[in-house]
Amino acid sequence: MSEHVLEKQFADLAHQSETAELGIWGFIATEVLFLGGLFCAYTVYRYLQPAAVIEAARHTKIVIGSVNTGVLLTSSFFMSWASLAARAGQSRLLGWLMLIAAALGVVFVALKGLEYAQEITEHLWPGQHFSLDIAEPREGEVFYFIYWLLTGIHALHLIVGICAVSVIARRAMRGEFSAAYHSPVRVVSLYWHFVDIVWIFLFVLIYLPGRGA
Amino acid sequence: MPMPPRRIAIVWLVLLGLLGGNILLAYAGLGIAAPAVHIVIAAAMAALVLLVFMELDRGASLFWVFAGAGFFWLAILFALTAADYLTRYNFAPTTGG
Repeated sequence: MSEHVLEKQFADLAHQSETAELGIWGFIATEVLFLGGLFCAYTVYRYLQPAAVIEAARHTKIVIGSVNTGVLLTSSFFMSWASLAARAGQSRLLGWLMLIAAALGVVFVALKGLEYAQEITEHLWPGQHFSLDIAEPREGEVFYFIYWLLTGIHALHLIVGICAVSVIARRAMRGEFSAAYHSPVRVVSLYWHFVDIVWIFLFVLIYLPGRGA
Repeated sequence: MPMPPRRIAIVWLVLLGLLGGNILLAYAGLGIAAPAVHIVIAAAMAALVLLVFMELDRGASLFWVFAGAGFFWLAILFALTAADYLTRYNFAPTTGG
């Protein structure tokens, strides 16, 4: 197996794996800046319109949001376990753990879809039919614009992650990875954890404001 | 069913605990300090994921440079944006820009 997966530009598998891992860290750095720009927009708007953001955020679905955060953290736990199983050469266990992580990702997307459906019914989609029972509904609408944009981009990242993890899980089940060669597992797991970190911050910025009042 | 490695199982439980704590604190009425408290707890959770789940604590120093670079440029983005918005009187929060 190992002779077939080593690309000719690398000295050995360790060199190849380290390069792949460095590549995904570089990709994550670009993602930090891409999403960071949107987080920056949120921060500026919250500074400009603190009352409207707090009032609008109170209408987000905190139960679904909290459950989903727990689901994503749990999926990260299984993904981390999968990385360790890959290093130990436990191919079948690795495959199952990745499938569990991907399934939890599907649960997250399904719950998010349920939440989106409720919000559309409540006219929280910005535009002509937007309606929000707060003192400054127009300012609240901008919060929901940022909300849909950020959570939508996050959900898109997660769907890409579910597909990538499912493909790698299938390869693991076929026994394509070993203790010496499993860098695709490391690469998708780092991406998966990053998407989890983005949600950790999204959760506190979107769902928690204004709950104590 | 094989048992999960102890280290990551503990981190997972700590993460769920921090999440629960953050939610409870949101209802505790922390007032003006609330956003800072929530962000600090979220940053602690992110640090645990980065160090343990993403294995940055055992990673090569070059990984640290790449991971740090994103956050370094992010800090510049936030700092320069804040330098603008925090110093313009016509963007004061009360007027709404």
